[in-house]
Amino acid sequence: MDKVVRMSSEKGVVIFSKSSCCLSYAVQVLFQDLGVHPTIHEIDKDPECREIEKALMRLGCSTPVPAIFVGGKLIGSTNEVMSLHLSGSLVPLVKPFQANLC
Amino acid sequence: MNSTSTHFVPPRRVGIYEPVHQFGMWGESFKSNIGNGNMNTPSHIVIPANNQKLDNNLSEETSHGTAGTPHMFDQEASTSRNPDKIQRRLAQNREAARKSRLRKKAYVQQLETSRLKLIQLEQELDRARQQGFYVGNGIETNSLGFSESMNPGIAAFEMEYGHWVEEQNRQICELRTVLHGHINDVELCLLVETAMKHYFELFKMKSTAAKADVFFVMSGMWKTSAERFFLWIGGFRPSDLLKVLLPHFDILTDQQILDVCNLRQSCQQAEDALSQGMEKLQHTLADCVAGGQLGEGSYIPQVNSAMDRLEALVSFVNQADHLRHETLQQMYRILTTRQAARGLLALGEYFQRLRALSSSWATRHREPT
Repeated sequence: MDKVVRMSSEKGVVIFSKSSCCLSYAVQVLFQDLGVHPTIHEIDKDPECREIEKALMRLGCSTPVPAIFVGGKLIGSTNEVMSLHLSGSLVPLVKPFQANLC
Repeated sequence: MNSTSTHFVPPRRVGIYEPVHQFGMWGESFKSNIGNGNMNTPSHIVIPANNQKLDNNLSEETSHGTAGTPHMFDQEASTSRNPDKIQRRLAQNREAARKSRLRKKAYVQQLETSRLKLIQLEQELDRARQQGFYVGNGIETNSLGFSESMNPGIAAFEMEYGHWVEEQNRQICELRTVLHGHINDVELCLLVETAMKHYFELFKMKSTAAKADVFFVMSGMWKTSAERFFLWIGGFRPSDLLKVLLPHFDILTDQQILDVCNLRQSCQQAEDALSQGMEKLQHTLADCVAGGQLGEGSYIPQVNSAMDRLEALVSFVNQADHLRHETLQQMYRILTTRQAARGLLALGEYFQRLRALSSSWATRHREPT
């Protein structure tokens, strides 16, 4: 789906979430803790929510939300993000996108 | 005019008459008629005796059978046919009545006993409440603190957990033995991997149980009281795990120190993120439950949206267990086999001590002062 491709290719960290999804919120908090300001797309506010969900699933997400993209590449859902972080691989991945802390 | 004659009149005969009396009467009128010159008055006409006499006769009959004239009739009828049948039926009636009385007596006695027992139980309950014991409303707990749930998924989990703890204790014993003795690395590696898999098995069990009753898993109902004190989203805190393990590793390489440091930090960050997510879930659920108009019946549409939010709880429990899994996995990666064995022993003993503490505390509380 073009829309999803376009949105996910945005610079930095992109999170597809839903306003009601608290796990998506947890992922958001984690990235913010790492000094990153992710772009959040709340797909439940989008009229094409269903299509976006299907597109995300087709791209390989186990659950449509949260779906995390870093630098246009799909990382996965909460599980993948947590595993990456604990293994120490997440920080290097988001380093280019870390906001400069003044 | 009542006749004083007492002729026996058979009951079934109709047309009662008293010829002599009648004749006497007629004689009078005959004579008078003859005097009148009327010779056609028949002398054989039967005039029934007056009604009162008739009634008297009949009432005499009925007074003989006060139990019921039909009874007498029956007796008359069946006596002529089968006297034994009657006797048997009477005996059966007597027997049935007797049994009925006995049953009633037994039932009343039962009621009396139950009533006394109820009074006794109420008194015991009051005494227990006064002494400060928590008297639950129908929730049974056995000595280990398990609650006997009616949910089959939870009942199965509790049983499996009992086995899990037994196996855990056995593995801890084995680890203790081999670490004091001599064991080659290959065998030790196998032991360590078995112990790791045992923890992962628990997470799988919890995932299944969470689908059956997420609140049960969330509140750590299967754990002992001291373990529950440290509860975080249905289990131990991953950061606690590291705190318990690290003092036991005296010699660590620089790389290991760095890795452990990074793991501690990322573990803490992940934990904090999940905690905040949980807080948000609590807030949204509270808003959902509290929202809308107060009053009977108005909550019904909100129940569905509240239920939807509760579904998210299952994901959180799974995510917390995933974090525990990953923390264990990373420690295994960072440490040597021997260090990992010591770490697992330390962790196992830590939980054993918590369980022992729970028992000691419970027993101490029950001792008479």
